[in-house]
Amino acid sequence: VSRITLLKFRMASTACFIIVSRNDIPIYEAEIGSAPKKEDAAHQHQFILHAALDIVQDLAWTTSAMFLKSVDRFNDLLVFMLLHDSRNDDGIKSFFQEVHELYIKILLNPLYLPGSRITSSHFDTKVRALARKYL
Amino acid sequence: MIGVGKIKQYTNVLEKPISKGKQEVSLSAFAFLFSELVQYNQTHVDNISELERRLEDAGYAVGARVLELLCHREKGNRRETRLLGILSFVHSTVWKVLFGKVADSLEKGTEHEDEYMISEKELLVNRFISIPKDMGTFNCGAFVAGIVRGVLDGAGFPAVVTAHFVPMEGQQRPRTTILIKFAEEVLQREARLG
Repeated sequence: VSRITLLKFRMASTACFIIVSRNDIPIYEAEIGSAPKKEDAAHQHQFILHAALDIVQDLAWTTSAMFLKSVDRFNDLLVFMLLHDSRNDDGIKSFFQEVHELYIKILLNPLYLPGSRITSSHFDTKVRALARKYL
Repeated sequence: MIGVGKIKQYTNVLEKPISKGKQEVSLSAFAFLFSELVQYNQTHVDNISELERRLEDAGYAVGARVLELLCHREKGNRRETRLLGILSFVHSTVWKVLFGKVADSLEKGTEHEDEYMISEKELLVNRFISIPKDMGTFNCGAFVAGIVRGVLDGAGFPAVVTAHFVPMEGQQRPRTTILIKFAEEVLQREARLG
């Protein structure tokens, strides 16, 4: 089960965007935002990520929707989770939809092993562009 | 040259939009490719079960991708959470996209709670294949079984999927049945969801 998690922290206007694969291994990470990187940010992200993932696990089987408005968007392969306090729901939804499409294109590559790290720099560039556009 | 339009060139595959899926591939081309796939694997293995496993693994990779693509394209990003839902997705949508028609039948196994069968009079991949007697029960439909397993696994319904020949009364070629045996956790979750 691959998951995309977007964490946004109120203080710093940073967003951390992570795609997590089946066994909770990150396959893609990006820091988006203006605040300087903090030392402990990575640990914090991981912690919140895993805590939220557990909640999502249970929720996953109660609905066939892929976008749960204020919490997640997921299917069994991809889980988007958003911890944030902004009101920009539509922007986030569009962002997720576009990133999901990008992910599908990566997945269609027969040489890409599902669940492995996404190393394409093009993908990275596009995700950041989308983040600037929608977030 | 008459009627040659300029195809838009994309610098990167990520720029290209996901195809609408209207394109068809010639059956002969596929049959050649599939036959090469089988022959290639034949030279690399020592026994039948290994060959079957390799074909299944090849199919699994296809299945995983087909699931994501179809979920996005055909179902507007809604996914199946119930057993019957995912089975009917495989039986209709996946089959339609891969083979141009829905599968012949979907049945529930009578002996075991966790078994289901999708049957096809003539599996497309087996159309031009005949199995020599000394290969026993080997079925190239293992490739299709792998595809089904890939779809089910990706959707969160782990299962063991195998392909079998079922001889039919009054017909020369046996029918092919894809047997799906779901893992315990799937049934438990189904029961919990009521």
